[in-house]
Amino acid sequence: MFKWKTDEFSWVDFTIDILRILIVLGVVVGAWNTLSSGRISFAQWVNLFAAGLSQGSIYALIALGYTLVYGILLMINFAHGEVFMAGAFSTVFLAEALNRTGFLNEQPLLAILLMIMFAGLVSMTVAILLERVAYRPLRGSPRLVPLITAIGASFFLQYTFRGLYGSGFKAYPQVRILQGAISIGDINIPVVQVFVFGSALVLMLGLYWLVERTRVGKAMRAVSENKEVARLMGIDIDWVIMFTFGVGGFLAGSAGVINGMFRPQGVNFFMGFIPGIKAFTAAVLGGIGNIPGAMLGGLFLGVIEAIGPNLVLAGLGIPGANQLKDVIAFTMLVLVLIFRPQGILGERLSEQKA
Amino acid sequence: MDLLRSQTSQKILIFGLFSGAFILFTGAVGMIAAFHEREVVDRFISLGQLLLLMAPFVTAYYVSRQLSDFDEGKAPLLISGVIIGLMTALPSIILLLFNADEYRFLLDICLRVIPFVAASLVAWRMHRAGAETQTALGIWLMIAFLVGIVTFSFALIFEIKGDLRTVLVNIDRDWVEVVTFDNRNDLMRGIGTLGLVSMAAGLAGSLLYLMPAVPRRALVYGLSVTVLVGAFGETVRLVLQENLDRDTLREIFRRDTLRQNAALALFVISTAAGFLWAMYGSQARARFGDMKTSQRRTVNIIGLVLFVIFMLMLPWLIGRTLSDVAVTIGIFVLMGLGLNIAIGLAGLLDLGYLTNYAVGAYILAVLTSIGPLGLFKGTFTFWMVIPLALLAAMFAGFIFAVPVLRMRGDYLAIATLGFGEIIGKLAISDWLKPLIGGAQGVQAIPKPIFLGAELKNPEQLYYIVLVASLVTLFVSIRLNNSRTGRQWMAIREDEDVATAMGIDTARAKLLAFTLSAATGGVAGAIFAAKVGTVFPNSFTVFISINVLSLIIVGGIASNPGIVVGAIVLIGMPELLREFSDFRFLMYGALLILMMIKRPQGLIPSKIVTHEIRTGVKPALAAAE
Repeated sequence: MFKWKTDEFSWVDFTIDILRILIVLGVVVGAWNTLSSGRISFAQWVNLFAAGLSQGSIYALIALGYTLVYGILLMINFAHGEVFMAGAFSTVFLAEALNRTGFLNEQPLLAILLMIMFAGLVSMTVAILLERVAYRPLRGSPRLVPLITAIGASFFLQYTFRGLYGSGFKAYPQVRILQGAISIGDINIPVVQVFVFGSALVLMLGLYWLVERTRVGKAMRAVSENKEVARLMGIDIDWVIMFTFGVGGFLAGSAGVINGMFRPQGVNFFMGFIPGIKAFTAAVLGGIGNIPGAMLGGLFLGVIEAIGPNLVLAGLGIPGANQLKDVIAFTMLVLVLIFRPQGILGERLSEQKA
Repeated sequence: MDLLRSQTSQKILIFGLFSGAFILFTGAVGMIAAFHEREVVDRFISLGQLLLLMAPFVTAYYVSRQLSDFDEGKAPLLISGVIIGLMTALPSIILLLFNADEYRFLLDICLRVIPFVAASLVAWRMHRAGAETQTALGIWLMIAFLVGIVTFSFALIFEIKGDLRTVLVNIDRDWVEVVTFDNRNDLMRGIGTLGLVSMAAGLAGSLLYLMPAVPRRALVYGLSVTVLVGAFGETVRLVLQENLDRDTLREIFRRDTLRQNAALALFVISTAAGFLWAMYGSQARARFGDMKTSQRRTVNIIGLVLFVIFMLMLPWLIGRTLSDVAVTIGIFVLMGLGLNIAIGLAGLLDLGYLTNYAVGAYILAVLTSIGPLGLFKGTFTFWMVIPLALLAAMFAGFIFAVPVLRMRGDYLAIATLGFGEIIGKLAISDWLKPLIGGAQGVQAIPKPIFLGAELKNPEQLYYIVLVASLVTLFVSIRLNNSRTGRQWMAIREDEDVATAMGIDTARAKLLAFTLSAATGGVAGAIFAAKVGTVFPNSFTVFISINVLSLIIVGGIASNPGIVVGAIVLIGMPELLREFSDFRFLMYGALLILMMIKRPQGLIPSKIVTHEIRTGVKPALAAAE
């Protein structure tokens, strides 16, 4: 566990190792306390796990956008959370309209499909515009330049949508078939969670098919492997990059609708920022640039975020542990970046990329 | 008439559309209506209307300059100005029509037609590029389907909601009123006015370009001075209030806006001054250039002394309200100079700067507060805690720096952003509530006491900020040329090479983080003392973004740039309340624009400029 260098003692490694021990200790003690106290029953754990899984599948959908772009351009599209917001925020109006005509409850599947398509296309447009206006002129410049641009774009988009749609929260209407819960013994799993997980799974499979089985996907893989050689093979790099942003945007937008169905507190212009950072965490967790990794990382992060506060923080005697959900997620982010920047599934990421 | 040559006319159309999109965008996010609240010249023109005029004016001027390369004579340039004016007005006119009840059917028709048009355009282009008919047909179907989904959804939304306004909240009566120049009831007349005014502004832009250089410069100078004074009328009035009697003031201003006569006089005077400067300015500069070094130094020293006296006199000159703004600007100058050590000198993009600010503020709050959360209830004074706040922030910077020492570039940025968010969440949590008050924060922080007098006004706090900024400025100028500074710059340029040169990069980076944290702590402490309460809501990611923006806009690694950046980015939204709603919109746009057009900033540092000119990797190349 300790990395003693043979020739010299590195105090940075030493500090990081101490940090590692402290964290492991904290987690073990907290978990032991909680489990031995038996405050939370097995059924409750399963519920937490299921809720985490569905939240995680939303993170996973957003994380795919980060990973796709990073795989091709080696840049963090910091504004991707706002692409997610754009779709979710715009579709609220469609959802309200569909609800008022009654179509949403008569033909829920068709209505939700329409909403997902609409949100996806809106987000796709935003993502493509973003690439065209903000990132393309900077391609090939030093790496911090596009990152700063992306931070700028993130705030620009937030406040653009605040200006367009107003600053208040808007809630998605309730869909009748998504109410209620599936009961197995004393375990109750809300239908909406099943719906979230299922639809995310379908979208992810669709992406996997797109990347692995189609010509465009092959071109995307080629460009991410080596841009110059791909160009020589007759692939239009600009078009592939645009397409990649578009696909990432589509997934983020559809995640926006799914998120809206799942979380009753509504959407507003700032809703994309925190999920954006978390999805980035998920992407890094799974190994950035790695598509299955992003899916896995998202689910993992969702589950940790749901279980962590109750298991570890409450066990350590911290009051209001559920308020610290985000702290758990961001701590995960920092820890992954410190200890395993290549992620769970990533081996592609070497020194030069990290 | 080469104007009809396709490339030229395409350029005109594209730029015209850009300026039209700009006007449409600013209208849709509510800027135009908000700016309309502020009159630049009394009962003559508002800031919102000025925005409507500026877009075609500036675009036409710019395009004329580009077109003049083709050397086509005057008439085409003037025509292009008119066309640009028309193109600028066009998108807003279309939206006006869509928004009016009588012409709603146009929106419905458009939404139905768009999918087919878009699909046909793409398919046609593909067909011309040599795609097979079958592929083109497939593409046509796909695009018509996808665009159809979007337009169908929009049609559904507008049909059921009944109005554009219910979705786009800022396309409201106020917007219509500004855009139609107060002809809301007669839409056609309003549209005509908008078109004509816009075309006139475009024409004026082209005309301005055709003027000889000297009067043009004088005119631009006169116009910009008048507009600035008019827009910042409230501020100018506050300054004059300290130095003029009320009757004179009433001659110049009606409440906060410039009277028409005063504006005219100001315009004439400033144009004349601009004229003189344009005629003789170069001579004056040449004379300064001819001076001996010693003489030049004398002039510089006189300038510096005058500047210092001005800075010392400032609170008396500008009064209380503006002193308050000056204190806020000073706090951000402090943070900007601090963060610049990390970003500008060492190339470490730290997005968690609010951590240090929060630590400084909370340390001061908890140690000096006389409220229930104060630990010592007044035993500690402001002056005793300032060094503690500084040390605590440095310690926090140190602690958070250790884990991230191994990270580079974008990962470092995201990790520090994560730290910032963690601190923000902890500050508001129940866990730390007994210590720092959770969402209620810490109240009852006493003001600093200096020689028995309580420094309770911004005029007095100003001096604390001034001294702190000057000390920081001095330190950072000295650091720039020190051995450590050189080490940082080496790391910024290339970390691996720096290591190979024998620089202990871990130590140097740690030092950069720690030192940059120090001023953040002081800034936080001063902020806490100024406000008297510390809320967790003051410590959000926006603080970090503010500081980052002012560094980037002012000029990375450039101390004067940071001061200017703080004055522009922090001062302007404080002075123009209409701006403050849109400050992050503008920060975002500025960050993008600066990175694309002027990565070295408004007042670049010499080294960065040199690097960009000579093609050496610029400051932002760190982390490659």
